[in-house]
Amino acid sequence: MCLAVPGKVVSIDHRADPLTGLIDFGGVRKQACLEYLPDVRVGEYVIVHVGFALQRLDEESARASLELFGQLGLLEEEFGDAWEQAARQESGSEAR
Amino acid sequence: MRYIDEFNDPELARRLLDEIRATVTRPWALMEVCGGQTHSIIRHGIDQLLPEEVELIHGPGCPVCVTPLDVIDKALEIAARPGVIFCSFGDMLRVPGTGRDLFRVKGEGGDVRVVYSPLDAVDLARRHPDRQVVFFAIGFETTAPANAMAVHQARRLGLANFSLLVSHVRVPPAIEAIMTAPACRVRGFLAAGHVCSVMGTDEYPDLAERHRVPIVVTGFEPLDILEGIRRAVHQLERGEHRVENAYPRAVREQGNPAAVRMIEEVFEVTDRNWRGIGRIPGSGWRLADAFRAYDAEHRFDVTGIRTEEPAECRAGEVLQGLIKPTDCAAFGTTCTPRTPLGATMVSSEGACAAYYLYRRMTDSPAPKSAAQEMNPVG
Amino acid sequence: MADLATESPEAVVDPADWTCPAPLRDQPVVVMGHGGGGALSAELVQQIFAPAYGNPTLAALTDSAVLDLGGARLAFSTDSYVVRPLFFPGGSLGDLAVNGTVNDLAMSGARPTHLSAAFILEEGVELAVLARVARALGAAAEAAGVTIATGDTKVVESGHGDGVYVTTAGVGLVPAGVDIRPQRARPGDAVLVSGPIGLHGVAVMSVREGLEFGVETTSDTAPLADLVAAMLAVTPDIHVLRDPTRGGLGASLNEIARASGTGVRLRERAVPVPDEVANACGFLGLDPLYVANEGRLVAFVPPEHAEAVLAAMRAHPQGTDAALIGECVADHPGMVVVATALGGTRVLDLPLGEQLPRIC
Repeated sequence: MCLAVPGKVVSIDHRADPLTGLIDFGGVRKQACLEYLPDVRVGEYVIVHVGFALQRLDEESARASLELFGQLGLLEEEFGDAWEQAARQESGSEAR
Repeated sequence: MRYIDEFNDPELARRLLDEIRATVTRPWALMEVCGGQTHSIIRHGIDQLLPEEVELIHGPGCPVCVTPLDVIDKALEIAARPGVIFCSFGDMLRVPGTGRDLFRVKGEGGDVRVVYSPLDAVDLARRHPDRQVVFFAIGFETTAPANAMAVHQARRLGLANFSLLVSHVRVPPAIEAIMTAPACRVRGFLAAGHVCSVMGTDEYPDLAERHRVPIVVTGFEPLDILEGIRRAVHQLERGEHRVENAYPRAVREQGNPAAVRMIEEVFEVTDRNWRGIGRIPGSGWRLADAFRAYDAEHRFDVTGIRTEEPAECRAGEVLQGLIKPTDCAAFGTTCTPRTPLGATMVSSEGACAAYYLYRRMTDSPAPKSAAQEMNPVG
Repeated sequence: MADLATESPEAVVDPADWTCPAPLRDQPVVVMGHGGGGALSAELVQQIFAPAYGNPTLAALTDSAVLDLGGARLAFSTDSYVVRPLFFPGGSLGDLAVNGTVNDLAMSGARPTHLSAAFILEEGVELAVLARVARALGAAAEAAGVTIATGDTKVVESGHGDGVYVTTAGVGLVPAGVDIRPQRARPGDAVLVSGPIGLHGVAVMSVREGLEFGVETTSDTAPLADLVAAMLAVTPDIHVLRDPTRGGLGASLNEIARASGTGVRLRERAVPVPDEVANACGFLGLDPLYVANEGRLVAFVPPEHAEAVLAAMRAHPQGTDAALIGECVADHPGMVVVATALGGTRVLDLPLGEQLPRIC
């Protein structure tokens, strides 16, 4: 269920009923209904499912999560076969 | 912060995996409830990276899989009527009812359209006043606010030619049903993050307490899933059973109050059949009395359609982790991805299909000859 | 609502009775998936066309047939084009009708020379629209260096067609010493792709009714015969070429793996997926590896020539972003396995039919 993706609010049409805004998903732009986040502002990130912004994304929480992950398991160990290592080396040049 | 790439970082994933390995001492079966999480797990190969003690059971959180056969048959019946534009999310078009699916209805001349948002269906109703526009309102709590808004808009715009075929389901009663099943092996849940973005987490502490099971609200990117697993394992190893939020960037305790208000205005809780499972009390939503005029089942008089579900495959046991796909007599014999008996053999994310593909990969049988596998030219 | 549930006895969860839906495979009618370039398309050929007129040439599974005619090796191919809308960012039906057939010929190493163009027109189509399609077709032919040598026009009643359909067929000569077909893939071959994938599919989807989204992506439609000639100048010993159109890279690699009885290993992070394609696929729930391309090729090249061929591709305007994305292996014959960025693996199966936007 529930393919929902983060996007940035680019503009808000306050005259639209229901409230509508343009969301940027990393270069892909699509209208979404903002009726469930009536006080959302341009520049904020929201999570969008079937054309509806369902929740705003909290940057502070996101950073705290990433920081926590960064502090885990600092032990470096060799693992994986040559194929995996090759895959990791490739990771510098990929598009995404 | 783009909220995607950051949560796909292979180095941070290694740290989370190391931490899970360092924590786990015994076998634990965890269920990820949501089909979107299952998709992510298979897509990134996360299940193969976990220590063998951690087993992921792919739960019933796929609306396509659990929508009952009766409702599919009602959809097929309505979609085939002249003058109807039947709108659906793409997911539902390949789901078979009795003997046919929506693709087939479309192939036979029915006007079946894939829409991205239910508001697109409302728009179609406005542009085609001479046609009946029906939207197939399936899904969990995440999709309910969108479908509720669609019918709300239709009423506001006075669109008498719009209706919903509703088959909404709710997660908490399903967790309750799974935990009370005999021989349940699930010891921890990764709760569906986006369901909680809408509904909040109020309904979960009671479930966690009564069934003594950790429930970790979990997101969908690889790091989110690993973090959900890490926290669930951590609790289990310490004998705890709490609700934790491992997806705080998108989930607040109170959910989205505006969305919940709209759901409560438009829908009311009802018992619902889950395909292959049976009736789960209070596990669904239907249109509330004030919106009953927009109920496609009544408008098209299909409430009488009854369908017996065939019980040919053991997907239910697989979904609950009671058996491995290979324990099923049909696995790899009468049931293959080419001739699937159940949804778990259908998509590559399905537990049975994943087993089947990996077994093929490991066993390396000789492929069919080129002549047998003729492909379209061009 | 007489909810059925309220009338049936309450069930305990009895997993033994838990069945799940399966897609119907044995359709008695043609469905859209039969044209999707995936497993359903393959079954149509296997179950309908092969029994009716199958022969060794057709069974060779190539994008174009290679015929020995009067001492010459003639590549011959045909394709029909039904894209909607007729004009999309970066191209049109006319471009596809030329480039598609030119590329099918080029995938056997041929230099395409002549094309036919047959139109099926729906009554009521504006002549101005038809003229635009025809002009685009002419311009594309000129750019690809081919001559439209013959043609035909039919008109169907209003409502019996979708504006304009075009079928092109083409011929070209295959140079001596060149033998390119999917059966020739060998373990050890390097797998190369000529540039970023998914652009055509995303560009077309972005303007399709009901899905419209804003993206600055244009179709990659382009003729590839010149790029192929540049690759063959490095070595005539290229084993396989395929243009991953419908069904995308995933379908092409599966077809090659099955035809040759080899396995393919793909490094996910080495596959050039533009951000816009990844993000559009993200919100529609699609896999970029299954999204259509119209100006890309995938090549299986012996390892000793891989570096030089890749350099030649990158030196050509149609291959500036060419990349080494994986290799052909003896393991898991007939299967394509992807090494994910996290270090896991997944099986990339042949898609069933067309990909649909999903919510789940």
